[in-house]
Amino acid sequence: MNFLILSLIKAAVVAFVLLTALAYLQWIERKVIAHIQLRVGPYRVGPHGLLQPLADVVKLITKEGVIPSHVNRVFYLMAPWVAVTLALISIAVIPFGPEIQVGPVKTWMQLTDLNIGILFVLAVSSVGVYGVALGGWASNNKYALLGGLRSSAQMISYELPLGLAVAAPLLLANTLSFRKMVEYQTGYWLGFIPRWNAIPEIFGFLVFLIAGFAETNRVPFDLPEAENELVAGFHTEYSSMKFAAFFMAEYANMVTVTAVATLLFLGGWTPLFPEPYSDAIPILVFLFGGLIAIYHGLNPARRKDKFTLPAAGLVFLGIAAIFGLSLFVPVLKAILMALFWFCGKIGILLFLFIWVRGTLPRFRYDQLMRFAWIFLFPLSVLNLLVTSLVVALTSK
Amino acid sequence: MTALIFFIFAGIAVFCGINLVVQTHPIASALSLIGVMGSLAILYLQLGGEFIAAAQVIVYAGAIMVLFVFVIMLLNAGAEGTSLQVSRFTKYLGIVLLAAFLGLISFIIQAMLPKTEGVVFGLFQGGTALDVGRKLFTVYLLPFEVTSVLILIAIVGAVVLARKEV
Repeated sequence: MNFLILSLIKAAVVAFVLLTALAYLQWIERKVIAHIQLRVGPYRVGPHGLLQPLADVVKLITKEGVIPSHVNRVFYLMAPWVAVTLALISIAVIPFGPEIQVGPVKTWMQLTDLNIGILFVLAVSSVGVYGVALGGWASNNKYALLGGLRSSAQMISYELPLGLAVAAPLLLANTLSFRKMVEYQTGYWLGFIPRWNAIPEIFGFLVFLIAGFAETNRVPFDLPEAENELVAGFHTEYSSMKFAAFFMAEYANMVTVTAVATLLFLGGWTPLFPEPYSDAIPILVFLFGGLIAIYHGLNPARRKDKFTLPAAGLVFLGIAAIFGLSLFVPVLKAILMALFWFCGKIGILLFLFIWVRGTLPRFRYDQLMRFAWIFLFPLSVLNLLVTSLVVALTSK
Repeated sequence: MTALIFFIFAGIAVFCGINLVVQTHPIASALSLIGVMGSLAILYLQLGGEFIAAAQVIVYAGAIMVLFVFVIMLLNAGAEGTSLQVSRFTKYLGIVLLAAFLGLISFIIQAMLPKTEGVVFGLFQGGTALDVGRKLFTVYLLPFEVTSVLILIAIVGAVVLARKEV
């Protein structure tokens, strides 16, 4: 019974944090893209548009869900929920941190550890294509159908290099469990270089990231929803919460891909620097961020900044203080440090996703396929072969 | 608990299997097949075949069926009409034959039951990726390699058949 209650609590916390993070990820994306294009982005709802995600959620829920008359109703209604369910389910096997002890309860910062965890994520993501394909087909619209077809072709093609890129670190660590994978990557070469798989497996990491962009249908691989060719691709005919479900699925997939990249290649929650130095990093980061915000608040560029930026700065300083205090409380320190490094790595990768969207143009369809089959696939096979050779020579 | 899960997913598998045959639309049939495969994967998981369960979902539901659905969508196949004219005589005969067939199957199962042992969930432990891999590359090496060659031949054959004459 204890296990059941504990799992329920953990599931509730993870679900709440994940859904909030997805809503705010969209705000961050709009802000970053806006600043890349010299705009300010969402600015009206709340300070610096911070309440925009809330307004969007209210809008999407209360909006009328139009169902076009010629759609295949059952599959049309099923598709968004297939997409969002499969996108959210992978988070169940992602570990956020090490085993912690809160009072009498000893638990891992993870919902469940499967010994086939990595295969589970691959399986769920490979089935995830049905949401998009079905949505495109059931809409009974040529743009949507083309979007759905493109998406399935693209996901099948890029799953190959993705799977092969995943196989290389699996060979190194000799496990399919995320926990053991992170365990393998703890420690430092020469005392200061982290033993992350990204260093020996740099090609695998790059192939994984590129294939991850394609798997999540992000720019420069967003052919399924190319606006100038296909209106909105597979979700052309969707509105209100059904559209929001597709949207959420895309962001959830992004989080999953970055989390898996972090766990497989960037050492999960293991810090970049050895123990005593790594403790200072979060404090310094938040202290620095807070001071910058306060400085800009004192020299405001816009009228409202006089109040909002110092407030944000104070919040940052507060977080820095919490991290400082946590150095004296081992339980808090274990949780906060793991979360800081894990979320930090995921955040940097997510920023990369957004940055690429603001920078690169879209591939043409033939370029997309040629890139997968002629460049990425041989590269990942070569990488796997070299890795297996090294593993075979060095083991025993 | 395990028995409950078994009956739920066995029920889903049987339901989807029947639905696969009953549905007239190819997409609905393909999706039912995915349902069958998904619930079979859960049954494998219950029997301790974790790797097989994952492979089932990745290979069948995630790769092969995606291609099926892809082709059905590409051809834009509509619902199949029933062109078969069924007379009353065949209908009644069909019911009798179905009953006889079910009786035969239940008789065979009845005859076999005492000889087979019941499945105990969680008894089998050799289903991890490590065990499966070790078995594949030691005991079953020859069948494994022969199968891979067979698949290669099938791929090459498909390419040759599909290639346009130039």
